[in-house]
Amino acid sequence: MEFLGYFGGVFEPVAMLLLLGGTVGGLILGATPGLSPTMAVALLIPFTFQLSPAHGLILLGAAYTSTVAGGAVSAILLKIPGAPANIATALDGHEMARRGEGARALHLSFLASGIGGVIGVLLLIFLTPVLAQWALAFGPSHLFWMAILGVTLIGSLDSKSFVKGLLSGCIGLWLSTIGYDDMQGVPRFVFADALTGGINIIAALIGLFAIPQVMEMFAKGRRASAIEQVAVTKHKLSDSFREIGRSGRALSVGTVVGSIIGLIPGVGGQIAGLVAYDQTRKLSPHKAKFGTGHPEGVIAAESANNAMVGPSLVPLLTLSIPGSPTAAVLLGGLLIHGIFPGGDLFDRHPEVIWTFINSMLLGQILMVIFGIWIAASAAKIARAPMPIMAAAVLILAVFGSYSVQQSMGDVYVMLLLGIGMYALEKFGFSAAPLVLGLILGPIAEANFIQGSMIANATDGPLTYFFGGPLNLLLVALVVGSILYSFLSNRAENAALAKAMRAGE
Amino acid sequence: MTGNRTQHTIPALIVLAIAAVVAWLSFTEEPSDAFLFPRVISVFFVGLALWNAYRAVSGLARVGGGIDGGTAINVLPGLLVALVFVFLAATSLGFYAAGALAFVAIYTIYDPVPLSSLNGWIRRIAVTLVFMGVIYGLFALLLQVQTPRGLFF
Repeated sequence: MEFLGYFGGVFEPVAMLLLLGGTVGGLILGATPGLSPTMAVALLIPFTFQLSPAHGLILLGAAYTSTVAGGAVSAILLKIPGAPANIATALDGHEMARRGEGARALHLSFLASGIGGVIGVLLLIFLTPVLAQWALAFGPSHLFWMAILGVTLIGSLDSKSFVKGLLSGCIGLWLSTIGYDDMQGVPRFVFADALTGGINIIAALIGLFAIPQVMEMFAKGRRASAIEQVAVTKHKLSDSFREIGRSGRALSVGTVVGSIIGLIPGVGGQIAGLVAYDQTRKLSPHKAKFGTGHPEGVIAAESANNAMVGPSLVPLLTLSIPGSPTAAVLLGGLLIHGIFPGGDLFDRHPEVIWTFINSMLLGQILMVIFGIWIAASAAKIARAPMPIMAAAVLILAVFGSYSVQQSMGDVYVMLLLGIGMYALEKFGFSAAPLVLGLILGPIAEANFIQGSMIANATDGPLTYFFGGPLNLLLVALVVGSILYSFLSNRAENAALAKAMRAGE
Repeated sequence: MTGNRTQHTIPALIVLAIAAVVAWLSFTEEPSDAFLFPRVISVFFVGLALWNAYRAVSGLARVGGGIDGGTAINVLPGLLVALVFVFLAATSLGFYAAGALAFVAIYTIYDPVPLSSLNGWIRRIAVTLVFMGVIYGLFALLLQVQTPRGLFF
């Protein structure tokens, strides 16, 4: 119950202001189609430089929580998921909105998000210190394998093509080596002056997540919005509370599924909502109602999305392995404030970490209150004109990346990385493993070099890096994640080929 | 298969070329100790890039729809504005002046409202001024970021 001692920090005026700002801003950003939670958190990082680490993390945590929930607004009202995590919400939520139950769907979505989110953060509170104690036993070889595992997990599980996912991870690892080598002071892969200091993580995060989305908006051209107009009529909040109370099955399935998926490094929220939706449908006596505007579909998907947020930070804070792409960006935010995740994190920075986690708990409640409050004007937010969003995100990305070190080099790198990522995404590569490679690269390299020195002085690299049960377990997980993805890719390809043959 | 074989082959070969350069530099640059980790990465990088190129050349690459002509035509004007803004205008005109011009240019290019509409222009200029005011408040006043001034500011 150590966390209770740090609740005071959350109620400081600045912290509360940031929590409120992050929550409301996150809800609005989440509700805006085309602005993903990952991009929102990446764009916010430059604004945390002048804040204390705890306050910076409060802002980022609030934005993470509320953008995921806010994404339900556009999913329900426009059938455009604000984030990939909200895909399942659109299935029943939009059907409810079409028959005039938009406000009811929004109420249920925010209430389910809040309940799932609180349980997820409680898991974060109680599991993290336990896992952190376990992580204290990790040596350089284990930390090296953990970093590699992070890249292979996201590379193989977060991508549609496991070759391209792993290749994205390799590109990220290589990008992390650009600049002066810390040990020898030698320049590596410095092809231009802007790269002398290496690739700044924050500028890279902004470029990799914001610029491809700006270009996606450009790709739509001058088309006037052809989105179906859905009117939002009022709904009694007390009725929504009663309905949530009666939806125990959807709520518990969503929360359990979301929490478990959040704990698995690299899997992230994209699939939490879909898996929870599918499981709830299978367990429901009203299977046929799903997809026709059944409230349980919204409740299961949204409780899972936000239940995932807290647990996705457990592997991040203890093992440096983010549970989702947004958590990977949050890792960049931690590192920029000099906070290195690991087993001793709670001994080194207890006030920062507990204040941050406590703020997420309070943030869930604020998210419900403000989410329901903005539900009335949600339709306007969700219909923000695309050209304004594209121009605004581009300008914010340029100013944000410049403000990191007040260097034009960072802006050039940000824009070029973003353009390159857009092109790569069009051919099946994904940003998440690349970002993870970029973030975990220095951790992997430092532990690899340290481990190699120990290995040379002791039993040699083979015994040091592959000996012992923990090394073997981690290597098996690395190989297992790659094999699993390879086999499931093959199965999908075989099924596709069979379907194509059948169609001929 | 989504996207044609050539569409997938070109980026796959570019990635392979990058991997080959990374591997070559990692194995030839001195001091070799500084390139130990890049050497390890480059082995996997080249291996995966070769596999990816083989799949693309043999028409097995199915993920990713590629970039069609229509998308390229739509993206190009906005991309040009972004490149001119970052690489030329930001330092020569000043960050805020160039930012305002880039904002209004993108808004105008992608706004479905006809260019002949006076109301459309009033809205574009008003939104640009309000947005740049907020950006100035955030970055210049709150975060005290010193941006390149150029001709204007």
